This record gives sequence, structure tokens and C-alpha cells, in this order.
Amino acid sequence: MLRYTLKRLISLLISLMVASVVIFMVIEVAPGDPASFMLGVNAQEDTLVALRAELGLDVPKVQRYFNWVSGMLVGDFGTSYTYRTPVSQMIADRLWVSLPLALYALALSTLIAFPAGIYAAARRGKPGDLTVMGATQLGIAVPNFWFAMMLVLIFAINLRWFNAGGFAGWENGLWTGLHSLTLPAIALALPQAAILARVMRSSLLDILGEDFMRTARAKGVSRRQALWRHGVRNALIPVLTIIGLQFSFLLAGSIIIEKVFYLPGLGRLVFQAISARDLIVVESVVMLLVFAVITVNFLVDLAYAAVDPRLRSRT
Amino acid sequence: MQRGEIFMTKQAFRSFASALVLGTSVFATGALAKSDITIAMQLEPPHLDPTSAAAQAIDSVVYTNIFEGLTRFMGDGSVVPGLAESWEISDDGTIYTFKLREGVAFHDGTAMDAEDVKFSLDRAMAEDSVNAQKALFAGIESVEVVDPLTVKVTLSEPNGNFLFNMAWGDAVIVAPESIETIQTNPVGTGAFTFGDWVQGDSIVLNRNPNYWGEQPALETATFKFISDPTAAFAAMMAEDVDAFDNFPAPENLPQFEADPRFQVIVGSTEGETILSTNNKQPPFDDIRVRQALAHAIDRQAIIDGAMFGYGTPIGTHFAPHNPAYVDLTGTSNYDPKKAAELLTEAGYADGFETTLHLPPPAYARRGGEIIAAQLAEVGIKAEIINVEWAQWLESVFKGKDFGLTVISHTEPMDIGIYARPDYYFQYDSLDAQTLMQTLNATTDPDERKKLLEEMQRLIASDFVNGYLFQLAKLGVAKTGVQGLWANAPTAAIDLTQISWAE
Repeated sequence: MLRYTLKRLISLLISLMVASVVIFMVIEVAPGDPASFMLGVNAQEDTLVALRAELGLDVPKVQRYFNWVSGMLVGDFGTSYTYRTPVSQMIADRLWVSLPLALYALALSTLIAFPAGIYAAARRGKPGDLTVMGATQLGIAVPNFWFAMMLVLIFAINLRWFNAGGFAGWENGLWTGLHSLTLPAIALALPQAAILARVMRSSLLDILGEDFMRTARAKGVSRRQALWRHGVRNALIPVLTIIGLQFSFLLAGSIIIEKVFYLPGLGRLVFQAISARDLIVVESVVMLLVFAVITVNFLVDLAYAAVDPRLRSRT
Repeated sequence: MQRGEIFMTKQAFRSFASALVLGTSVFATGALAKSDITIAMQLEPPHLDPTSAAAQAIDSVVYTNIFEGLTRFMGDGSVVPGLAESWEISDDGTIYTFKLREGVAFHDGTAMDAEDVKFSLDRAMAEDSVNAQKALFAGIESVEVVDPLTVKVTLSEPNGNFLFNMAWGDAVIVAPESIETIQTNPVGTGAFTFGDWVQGDSIVLNRNPNYWGEQPALETATFKFISDPTAAFAAMMAEDVDAFDNFPAPENLPQFEADPRFQVIVGSTEGETILSTNNKQPPFDDIRVRQALAHAIDRQAIIDGAMFGYGTPIGTHFAPHNPAYVDLTGTSNYDPKKAAELLTEAGYADGFETTLHLPPPAYARRGGEIIAAQLAEVGIKAEIINVEWAQWLESVFKGKDFGLTVISHTEPMDIGIYARPDYYFQYDSLDAQTLMQTLNATTDPDERKKLLEEMQRLIASDFVNGYLFQLAKLGVAKTGVQGLWANAPTAAIDLTQISWAE
């Protein structure tokens, strides 16, 4: 297990290093000058020079790259060109919206998908199965921002149960915070739940056909017990993989949902920073998301090993 | 550089922890008292220093609310005394002696006096100044403190626009004591103090009990940032916000107008929306081609199609609500036949190909599509290139690498750009340059008006750019909100005038 973990850890570090170089190069090459964006159309050349110096943009690129990377190693992500506040603090503030939102959506999606997937697998080919599968088809096909708009229309504009958007802040209480994240979480969760339910169903069906399931039944275990004790547990590996991928997606990919609900999350921060050419913010957030995705994958790899003992020896 | 932990600031942790402990909501419902207001705007200010960035969102939040200048704009565009109570102008028009108001204090308690004025102006003019409108201060030779309440500003030559220039948000008075943190914690002399800023979400301002002037009706004001037009509509309909400063989706306005809960306030901005033309790039260096362009455009179709009817047609680069405006739309009336003839005359009987760069706002993207179709009618094939602002600034504005672009010039009284041959549309006319020089040196109002009219005619008959329409300001508010500016002589949401009807 230790060797397996170490090996995974080394590949994680290499991935991060390569990612930092690629991110820096791609973002710095894109056209657009942060200083001229800030100062607009009437800016004089000497003013632009002064602002570039103030922002540290007159330093050569290679040196800026090393400053950035060495800063990140000690948790210093630099200062935003536009907001003029430390990037690490901005990211931290935004994570307090994006991370709970991603977890909330993931919890909802799992809560919907597991029962639906297991139910469908247990009733393969019967009307119950067909209904669930039909619903998941719809869930995959419909984009989440459409769900979002429908939710706003029904629950915010007509019923007035929720605000149309915005985040109330955790300082007003856990319930208030969760309340304002509920519609976005549902909008994010529905398509994910549809995918997850299908994976759960097909994975479980594969397992149900295995020899050991027949053996279990032969030794006198009831259908229901066999399904839960032997089936579901073994079907979890592919499901875990998808959950891992989904979490990364929910964290990084909620830009549109954050826009529709005007939430001050990471996605919107990146969006704003890109249009304002706030390069250092874009680089740092993208780097952090890469870090999150790689770490989640690493944890999923470890989870495999925990669920399936055979993986531990097969290093 | 400050260092912060990545995953959790102490403050965030504390609020999250207390949220877990409390578990209940302690929602403040001040809405009943009607002394607070939530105003939405599309863009969030990058920071809160109006003297070191061009972003209009900064002025929307801080102008006259937090910061004040020597003079100030009113909602109708007039310039009135601000922190300067009165002034005297020397006979040759080069020396302005400002008398400052007595008893004005900054929000941190320090007194506002002549030293602060000198500091602010010197800072804006300095070599390392990052003022986005440094040209406003270019004519100032020196600023002298006569006594604590008297400042003498000496100009190198008379400038008829000087008092107007001093009303800009870029010329507000700031204090040396608080300049270091002005971008995140602005300290001014205005009727409102900076409260809180949840970045990406909202900014809160509170009433300043020590304000020198009349106390405003509002106690607190929250600015909320909603960039998406659909979200803007939902936020208004769900009554999450009380007003939207400049509503981004004109197609939704009839719905608000029909709803008794809301009022729609249509006004004008200082934005001349033009089909900007690269005057140095062939074939646009030929006046006949530019004239053809002007006649090929059907302004009303663009206003109807892109802005759903909101906007006033213009025939020159000047705001129709200005008393000096001349209606020259007839000079460049819609006449595709004439356009085709002019093109043939210029040797482009089969038309030509060019590029049309479109920045993100709806007026440009939607208007650009319609313009491209209208140009195609007379044989001009304009390839549409959608660009972001940063890209527009880099390639069009700085690089001058474009044929055509659609843009709204939102700076007030900016006809002077036609006297700058290096400006991005590259109009190089000695007549325009001498005319502007004369205008700048003229202080007599009647004489100035005549010169301005002459300038408008000159650029219209030179067909420098395609003049489309004056950009409308589309305010939406709940019924009962009073005192919102209908027009936008400058970017501002003047909270001091706003109140709720009983």
C-alpha cells in the first residue's frame, strides 16, 4: 500500500509541475494588457508605464513565473491586478461558496442516484426501470442552466420561496447559507444524478451476472440480501470513479450556474478575471483547480485500493 | 505582499463556525423601514479608487456618495459647486482661485482643507500618476495653498473646460492620510461612508452622520453585481433588488412597464455609439467610401433591432441633450442607392472586404450583425470578429488593426478626440485640430457653442465615422423609489437624491 501511495504521489507532483508551466505560458501568451484594461481609452502612455511598474508587470516573464511558483509553495499567490487584494484571500473567500455548493450538489446527486440506480437494476426491464432510465435520459440531455432558469422561474419568481440568486453569507446562519445555495445545487445536481444513476445501474447489473452472486444465492442468501451485501458493494468502484470526476467538475465547472445565480464563487471569479486580464488571478485559480482535480483523482485511486484489496498488491 | 492561508481565512472560518453553532437565521429585515435600498449594476468595480482606473463601475459606486470634487455634475449634466463653495477666474482665464467649504471632514475625521486639494491635484499630475484621465490635468501649471480654505490653480493657458474637468470622478479630492488603502477602503468627504465589500457579490455604504451638507434620506445602500441579463431579469422580478442602474436586456422592459410593481426610467447617457472607421486603412482613406458607408446604414433599423427602440439617432459625435447639439442625421441619411453610386465612383463597383470588430456589449454584438447585413446590401463584405474588451483595446485601440468597429464613446464632451491624429480611428485634419485649439482657449459660452457646432459639422461632412445613436440609459426600479438619475452625464448612482415614497 505504501509503495502504491508513493508512486501515485510522485506522479501527482510531476503533473502539478507540468501544469504550472502550461498554465503560465498559455495565459501570458493571450493578447491583452492588464494595465490598459484598467486605464481605458484615454490613458496616456506614461500612465500605462507607471501602472505596469506598480503592478510588477515590467519584470521579465521567466522571473515572474518563478516568483509565482515559489510564492505558491508558501501559500502566497500574489496580489490581484484589479482588486489589489491578496489572491489567496480572494480564493479562500470564493471557496467558501464554491466548495459547499459542490458538496451540496454532490450529496444531492448521490442521494438521488443511488436509490434510483439500485431500484432500476433490481427491476431490470420492468416499467420501474424504464421510467427511471427515461428520466435519466432527459436529465443528461437537458443543460443545467436551463434547469436553473426553470427553477428560478418557478421557485423564485412565482412561488417566492427562494431568492433568484446571490449568496446570503454563512455569517447569517447555516440555514440561510444553505437556503441560498439550494436552487443552484439542485440545478447542478440533476444532470450529475442522471449520469450517476445510469452508471450505478449498469455497474450493478454487471455484478448481478457474476458467478459469486449465483453462489451467494445458492448458499441461501435472499435476493435482497445478495443485492445489498454483495452486489452494491462490488458495484461501487466505477461509481466512485464517476463521483470523483463529478466533484472536480462541480468545483471547476459551475461557472454558468454561478453566473445565472450571481453567486460570488470561484467560477465567476475566473470569468471576471479573464475578461479583466487579471492574469495572476486566472493562473492561480486554474492552478488550484488543477491541484484539486489531481488530488481528488489521487484520493479516488487510494479509495479503490481500500475498496478492492487486489489493487494494493498490484502496484 | 500579504500572505494568506489558502483554504481558510480566519474570518471565513469564524463565520462558518458560528453559522454551524447558530444554525438559525438572523436575517435583518430593514426593508420595512424603507431607509435602505439595494441597487443592482452589471459590472463590479475592480477597486474603489476613481482616480486610478477607468472603470465606470467605480464611479457608479463612489461618485458624490463617498468622494467629492471641487465641482460636481448634477443629474441634468450641469456643473455646480462641490467642495469649492465659489471661485474667481482671473481676467486672462488662467488663474482659478477656489474658496473651499468650511467644516468639511473626511470620514476618518481629518479636516479637508487646501492642502488636500493640492495633494489630490499634484498626485493626479505627477510623473508616476496612474490617473486614467491624466489629460484633464494637463493644463495645470501649479497649485498653491493660499490659506487653509483658499487654493490658487494656475493654468498654462486658458481652458474653458476647466471647471467641467474638475467635476469628473477622476478629479475628486482625496486625503494623504488614507491614500495607501484607498482602493479597498475609500475615505472621502461624501454623504456616505464605505461599509463592507463582499467581492463578487455586493458593496454596502452607510450614511455619514457628520456630512457637511444635507443629510440624505437613505441610511444604507447596497450595490449588488449581476452581470447576466437573464439573472438581472429574475432578480428584479423576484424583488431581490429595488432598482437596476442600467438594465442590460432592453427586450424585457415592456414587461416591467406593464407591471404595476415597477417603473422604467429611460434616459440618455453620454455614449455616442458609432461605427468607428479606420481612416488610414484603404479603402476608408477615401472620403467617398466613408460617405458610402454612412449612406448604407439605416440607423432606425439598428436602434429597433439591437436596442428594441431605445436610443436617439445622431449624425455627429455629440450628445443630443446638449444645448450645442446640431442634428446632422440628414447629412448621412439612409440611401443605399447613393451608397452604391459612391462606391462605383471610388472604384469599388463590386464592393470590397473588410473586418468588423465587435466588443461584448449588446449594442455592439447585436448592432454589428445588423450593420454587416446592411453593408452587404451595397456590396461591402464585413467579416465579423467578436472580441473581448482586453482584446479590443490591444488590437483595435492600440494596434489600430481593424477596418470597422462598433463602440459607444461614453466620456462626456469627448469631441476633442477628433483633434488627435494618433487616436485609433486616425482622423488627421488640420481644420479639426485648429478648431479644437481655439475652442479650448475660449471661455465665452456663446462663442464656445458656435465653435462646437462648427466642429460637429466638420466631422459629419468628413464622414469620419458612421454615427449611429446615443446610447440610452435604461433604469428599472420598484414603484416608490424616487430621485434616481434618469440620464447619465457621468457614471454615477447619486444616493444623496434617492428616497422612498411614503
